[in-house]
Amino acid sequence: MINILLSGDRPRSILLSVILLVILVALALAPFLFPGVRSLETAARICIFIVLVASYDLLLGYTGIVSFAHTMFFGLGAYGVALASIHMGRGFDALVVGSALGALAAAVLAFAIGLFSLRVRAIFFAMITLAVASAVAVLVSQMSELTGGEDGLNYLVPRELTPAFRFGEAFGIKLNGRLLAYYLVFASCLLLFLVLLRVVNSPFGRVLKAIRENDFRAEAIGFRVVAYRTMATCLSAAVAALAGSIFAIWLRYVGPDTTLSFSIMLDILLMVVIGGMGTMYGAVIGATLFVLAQNYLQTLMGSASDATSALPLIPDLLSPDRWLLWLGVLFILSVYFFPTGIVGRLRGVR
Amino acid sequence: MSDAPDHSPTLAALSISDRLGQAMPYILVPLLVVLGFFAIGSSSSWLTLTVSGLAMGMMIFLMASGLTLVFGLMDIINFGHGAFISVGAFVGISVLFALGDWTAATSLSLNLIAVLLAIVAAMVVTGILGWGFERVIVRPVYGQHLHQILVTVGGLIVIEQMIHVIWGPHEIFLTRPETLKGAITYWGAALEKYRLLAVVLGLIVFVAMRLVLRRTKIGLIVRAGVQNGEMVQALGYRLKLVFVGVFIAGSALAGLGGVMWGLYQEVITAGMGEEMMILVFIVVIIGGLGSVEGAFIGALLVGLTQNYIAFLAPKLALISNIGLMAVILMWRPQGMMPVVKAK
Amino acid sequence: MSDPILTLQGVHTDIAQYHILENLDLIVPRGGVTMLLGRNGVGKTTTLRTIMGLWKAKAGEITMDGRNLVPMATAERARLGIGYVPEDMGIFTDLTVAENMSLAAASGTLDPQRLNWIFATFPALSTFWSSEAGNLSGGQKQMLAIARAMAEERQLYLIDEPTKGLAPAIVSTMASALRDLKRQGASILLVEQNFAVAKALGDTAAVMDDGHVIWTGEMAELANDAHLQERLMGLSMETL
Repeated sequence: MINILLSGDRPRSILLSVILLVILVALALAPFLFPGVRSLETAARICIFIVLVASYDLLLGYTGIVSFAHTMFFGLGAYGVALASIHMGRGFDALVVGSALGALAAAVLAFAIGLFSLRVRAIFFAMITLAVASAVAVLVSQMSELTGGEDGLNYLVPRELTPAFRFGEAFGIKLNGRLLAYYLVFASCLLLFLVLLRVVNSPFGRVLKAIRENDFRAEAIGFRVVAYRTMATCLSAAVAALAGSIFAIWLRYVGPDTTLSFSIMLDILLMVVIGGMGTMYGAVIGATLFVLAQNYLQTLMGSASDATSALPLIPDLLSPDRWLLWLGVLFILSVYFFPTGIVGRLRGVR
Repeated sequence: MSDAPDHSPTLAALSISDRLGQAMPYILVPLLVVLGFFAIGSSSSWLTLTVSGLAMGMMIFLMASGLTLVFGLMDIINFGHGAFISVGAFVGISVLFALGDWTAATSLSLNLIAVLLAIVAAMVVTGILGWGFERVIVRPVYGQHLHQILVTVGGLIVIEQMIHVIWGPHEIFLTRPETLKGAITYWGAALEKYRLLAVVLGLIVFVAMRLVLRRTKIGLIVRAGVQNGEMVQALGYRLKLVFVGVFIAGSALAGLGGVMWGLYQEVITAGMGEEMMILVFIVVIIGGLGSVEGAFIGALLVGLTQNYIAFLAPKLALISNIGLMAVILMWRPQGMMPVVKAK
Repeated sequence: MSDPILTLQGVHTDIAQYHILENLDLIVPRGGVTMLLGRNGVGKTTTLRTIMGLWKAKAGEITMDGRNLVPMATAERARLGIGYVPEDMGIFTDLTVAENMSLAAASGTLDPQRLNWIFATFPALSTFWSSEAGNLSGGQKQMLAIARAMAEERQLYLIDEPTKGLAPAIVSTMASALRDLKRQGASILLVEQNFAVAKALGDTAAVMDDGHVIWTGEMAELANDAHLQERLMGLSMETL
């Protein structure tokens, strides 16, 4: 049963299995284990980023393509839900239509970009996605009549998903719509992750890996490399858009900073590399660690900065605003020394 | 000694369409300028826009030239190149602040000396930084595109953050040196003095670069190395050393571009290099990876298109460069003047 | 065969996960032409590239004039006096013929006397001296590739299939150019599929199969023994 769910791709390390199980249980029971608004926000964020990062891993780790437009696809999904909820009115139908249209738009856009760049050489793709993503981000912040510009959009989701909807109490926790919303997020993210796991372990996924290892050889064997790469790009974009839709449903707000900014793109890159490229489970570990660090490490750095305030330069280096500096260093070191990330390490010492 | 072979050698003849194809990229810039003239209608606005488009293009070229050569020589794509733009701007502007008396003076020579010193300082610092960057960040990942992209992005983050640590978290506003403020009027068109200076400086660098590439041994090695690095080594040249030199020079030029862009915008931020990289990548792609001339033409096209469109249809300005890139890639999927790789 | 100029001993070269050269032993005598023969894909080109350092030998020794080449970079090996003509000719197509030639002179300038000799051998190169090399015909490119190797006096020439795909008239030009080199006392390691050329130029021969040398001897001996050819290369070279 577990084997079928995981598509035969077991963690292959006892320690890794334990960690994954702990993360799964913690996320599944988060509202009861860690009561409080902030920890529920953190848990939902982890769920969504696991899917977002896993969909990016399909591209980076399994296909060997670097894209800088993943947040653009994420944003498309989020804005899809927001716009549908505004124009169709509050309701589940708006959520479904918005998500579907967002995913479709993402896939079409990915196809168009792939057409221009993947035909020539994979390295074009990285540069072109960077250019297109930045143009879209500027466009979204400028077209304020439609997108709300820099301020973003607030909208209503169905009442059943809001804190105002109460339906009892269990284990000392008030049961409300927020809890339902969290489980909607959790269930859809789990489902999407299992789907991605299936994809990478399907014959399609194996071809992708063959192309990553040696594209000339794959082409010679008779696989149409460009077609496979384009398909992987579209699929990855569509899943990223769905993650964006889930994020929009959870947040009840979209804005350029929360869905489209380049810094989120960097976060995704860091999560994939630190977790472990080309493993899928790396996404789980990378996203969990990173989101926790983002939320709690900055506080720690703040106190370290205060503690060293008498020294020159050091408090500046330790200031919470400079946390990206340390992540950048960590990122470079992990590309050099742990190119297979945490998951690769754990599997190595199995 | 053997006799000459009994056949008359001939060059493979080029058809007219081949020749036109070869010349086409060179025609594009004048063509765009003429088209712009008819589309804009007013000759004074056209002149103003053309000068500012050329100025912008020259500055982007300075930033792009090093990147495209580095790619051509070693097949390395440096996503951290933008960091040199930012660092160059911060170093240069700091020097200008330190020389406040000279920049505030109404003497053209004092102003120019101050700008020149700022440029020299920026180029020296970014050159040294480039040398370190090549050693620490790039060298361990030769030949691995995926890791190159990741590691150089990491380098970009770290350098950008260090700018925040050294110069503080906020943007810095500045004013241009006294005699470079304002505009001169020519043919009824207002031409900003600084833009004219940028065009002149950009042209000087381009011509100097072409001379080095065409007329010197080292230039010859670089041009040959872009085509077939293995053969250059097999002829006895240490290509890695040449490459490090080009990397340093490219970083210094990016630093130069950074100072000039900072003076153009009159504000500098740590993220400015990252923002400029988007235009730089577009230029490098449409020019053809590895081609300096392609990058020059591409940069002028981008600068002119952006300025013309901003005047004609402001709403389209944001996506005009993406549009330009799409059109050129549809015409030539490898860019306008791709370097013929022997491999 | 005393005092070899180049010796390869137990050389192994991998390309990606494939073992191309396995335990290769080869001796190139000083002066004269050594033919490197064998079927397609047995590692002849890889042998030349390994000597130049364009592929790194994983194991084994490569010595030239008693100096160990293995730790040296390609450029250093070239500067010991090796002229290399790769299979794809390695012409810089965006550069002019003159620029291609001047790169070949490590000292910077071409010796006029040598240049005259080159022009006499390959008149096409003087005709197209300032044209882009990319516009040359295939045969002219090959002439340029050889001329580049001859631009300075070298100790050793490594030449990979100089007559591949060329018209007979040009093949004879190539052959006479190589004969000139030989007459000047150069040592040449030549990969060649054209048996007539091999027979005319070769002094000694080494036959490769499956990544190592399986036979060495006098070229004349091999040329006159169809059975030996059949055994070594799977077919008689006369039929080629």
